[in-house]
Amino acid sequence: MKRLVVSILSILVCSIVLAQGKLEIFSWWAGDEGPALEALINRYTELYPNVQVDNATVTGGSGVNARAVLKTRMLGGDPPDSFQVHAGQELIGTWVVADRMEDLTFLYQEEGWLDKYPQGLIDLISTDKGIWSVPVNIHRSNVMWYNPAKLTEWGISAPETWAEFLTICPSLQAKGVTPLVMGENWTQQHLWESVALGVLGPDDYKALWTGELAFKDPKVEAVWNRFGEILKCSNDDAAGLSWQQATDRIVSGEAAFNIMGDWAAGYMTTTLGLTPAEGFGWAPSPDTGGVFMMLSDSFGLPIGIKDRDNTINWLKLLGSVEGQDLFNPLKGSIAPHFDSDLSKYNAYLQAAAQDWKTNTVVGSMVHGAAAKEAFMSQFATVLEIYLSTGSAQAASNAAQAIANQVNLGK
Amino acid sequence: MKLNRDRITALLMLLPSLILLGIFVYGFIGQTAYTSLTDWGRDPAQALALHPEIRFTGFETYKELFTGLIDVRFRQDLVNTFFFTLFFIAGCLGLGLGLAILLDQNIVGEGIFRTIFLFPMALSFIVTGTVWRWLLQPRGGINVLPTLVGLEPLEFRWLTSRRQILQFNWQDLPFFTGLLIAIILLWFMVTAIRKSKWRRVGVAGFSFLLVTVWTFTGARQVELLPYPEIHGFNLAFMGIILAAVWQMSGYTMALYLAGLRGVSEGLREAARVDGASEWQVYRLVILPLVQPITLSAMIILGHISLKIFDLIFAMAGADNATTDVPALLMYLTTFRANQFAKGAAIAMVLLIMVAAVIIPYLWSSLRSEVKQ
Repeated sequence: MKRLVVSILSILVCSIVLAQGKLEIFSWWAGDEGPALEALINRYTELYPNVQVDNATVTGGSGVNARAVLKTRMLGGDPPDSFQVHAGQELIGTWVVADRMEDLTFLYQEEGWLDKYPQGLIDLISTDKGIWSVPVNIHRSNVMWYNPAKLTEWGISAPETWAEFLTICPSLQAKGVTPLVMGENWTQQHLWESVALGVLGPDDYKALWTGELAFKDPKVEAVWNRFGEILKCSNDDAAGLSWQQATDRIVSGEAAFNIMGDWAAGYMTTTLGLTPAEGFGWAPSPDTGGVFMMLSDSFGLPIGIKDRDNTINWLKLLGSVEGQDLFNPLKGSIAPHFDSDLSKYNAYLQAAAQDWKTNTVVGSMVHGAAAKEAFMSQFATVLEIYLSTGSAQAASNAAQAIANQVNLGK
Repeated sequence: MKLNRDRITALLMLLPSLILLGIFVYGFIGQTAYTSLTDWGRDPAQALALHPEIRFTGFETYKELFTGLIDVRFRQDLVNTFFFTLFFIAGCLGLGLGLAILLDQNIVGEGIFRTIFLFPMALSFIVTGTVWRWLLQPRGGINVLPTLVGLEPLEFRWLTSRRQILQFNWQDLPFFTGLLIAIILLWFMVTAIRKSKWRRVGVAGFSFLLVTVWTFTGARQVELLPYPEIHGFNLAFMGIILAAVWQMSGYTMALYLAGLRGVSEGLREAARVDGASEWQVYRLVILPLVQPITLSAMIILGHISLKIFDLIFAMAGADNATTDVPALLMYLTTFRANQFAKGAAIAMVLLIMVAAVIIPYLWSSLRSEVKQ
């Protein structure tokens, strides 16, 4: 009896000690991406054994469900200690403008990160009032995937320009091959932004999101027209396919090319068991050689949280080379940090990391880096207007109307 | 009305639920209505701020929904809901009645069939949606059925077709509405003539003339939008209708079966003795008697179809505009685009539509209860 009381007491004391340190991490990394997050959390508990980590995930790719839950919690006055958010405008346009985030410039200075990350990335996550989040990974959006063996069989090579693609398109269609395979609505938007980057070039592409280049500009109408030509070379059952199903068609040889972010490499190496450069090949999306359209998952420091010190330690781990090299090989992305140890990564990721250091960096709109959420989520409607009317002008007008309404770039 | 002990006890017993209902149902309806009249979310900087500046803007958001350039999606969603409701109710009533009549023939194993037909209703829309999503894949399920007997596979895109039929111009909406009202009034007039209620004939006839004249003159002048805008029935909804009818027709069957069983055998016999064929027995005797059931079924199915969200979310996802409905758009507008006022306005439009179906029904059924 006495021993029982003692042990109960000791458990109570222990849990009080433990309860002094808590950290709630809110993310959408479940399923395939779960192990990468686990690795980070394990390292964190090794470093800070007294902190009890609460891994709060809400499933749904790209955070489609998590973002709704997060908004409800924030509006209800219950912010998680740290939450996952796409670096850039998805954070700035929603949470920073709402005055709910703390400036992290002090952390960047303390940890000496300012010259360890590319300037293009720092620009994307900053406003004139501060730096707002710690990016943990980098994905590339403008990548074209193909099956090298099949290309040889068809006697073609990966096109470097859309003009070139459009000339090989009829011959592929004659063979019964889909020249370009797309999936559901967001993957079509994803294609659109790669086409836009190709047609406009990096400077005009950036100007589109700062509001310096109007959507009504003839240059942007040219993007829609080029997009329309490309759609004629694509599959007609796109809306029913997930991005993985679209990738499957590349692997099986039903389709020749696919524009998708480089999580497709992770899917093909891990899930399908293919070897980079043999089982699948890649190239920058046509007309975008030398430009790296990035998106990144990042974590910030919300105002008014209970465990601020624990959260800062978490952010330090996320921003360190050690943390990033632990996380990214598992997640299938590269580390934003320049000092990353490339030997830990596969052939595709090593190639991407090389490009990351040398290319011009721009942000993805569809994945939250370049445009605020209010614009990004309504862009689906713009695309829908284009698909149902086929009119570049109607689409440009609608995009402009949304941009005006949400004060894009301001 | 005197306050005796009984009444006080009753009031005290009811009070907790009245308060809870008042706050959590009517209070929040009120808050949504107020939100829809503000500009919350128009300025992204204010959308999620700790203390957002929210201005009262009256019916501006509603005006935008019905006339704005980018809100073409909302208008198409209303059209989608209209056609979905129409075909869904027609399908459920037709199939439900058919199954009920078949089961009414005192067949062997009726209980088993009844359970089988009723079973889909026990599933949630999410399960139904997932199963039918697989069945309706472009290259699987239903589309490969013909290959079992050596035919070519079907090419139809059940959920992803971009084809639109029954197209009309949004500008012509007043004209079509007028036409519909005129037809209803004409029908009133004809039934009144049959029953020789001449005063009613006069009123209905006069209103009919008035509406018809307005429809062909005034309605053409009304400009809802400054430009023509084409809407229609998206064929991608075929798959959704199929799944929804599959789920709910068993329930309609159960309703009808109860009604059919309520018709006394004596009545049927009497009709047969009078020389009615089996078809005539159903058409002239039984169906008029189960008419109240048709009405209840229509109300129940109608409010399900107006609110439908989960089935489409599971079958086609939230982002496919071809299979969009206002409830999905409300979710996207509120939680993805942070436009809280606009989301609230869509919610209010939905509430008004559902109320338009439910309230007359509640009113008439309450009135008949009081009479009894």
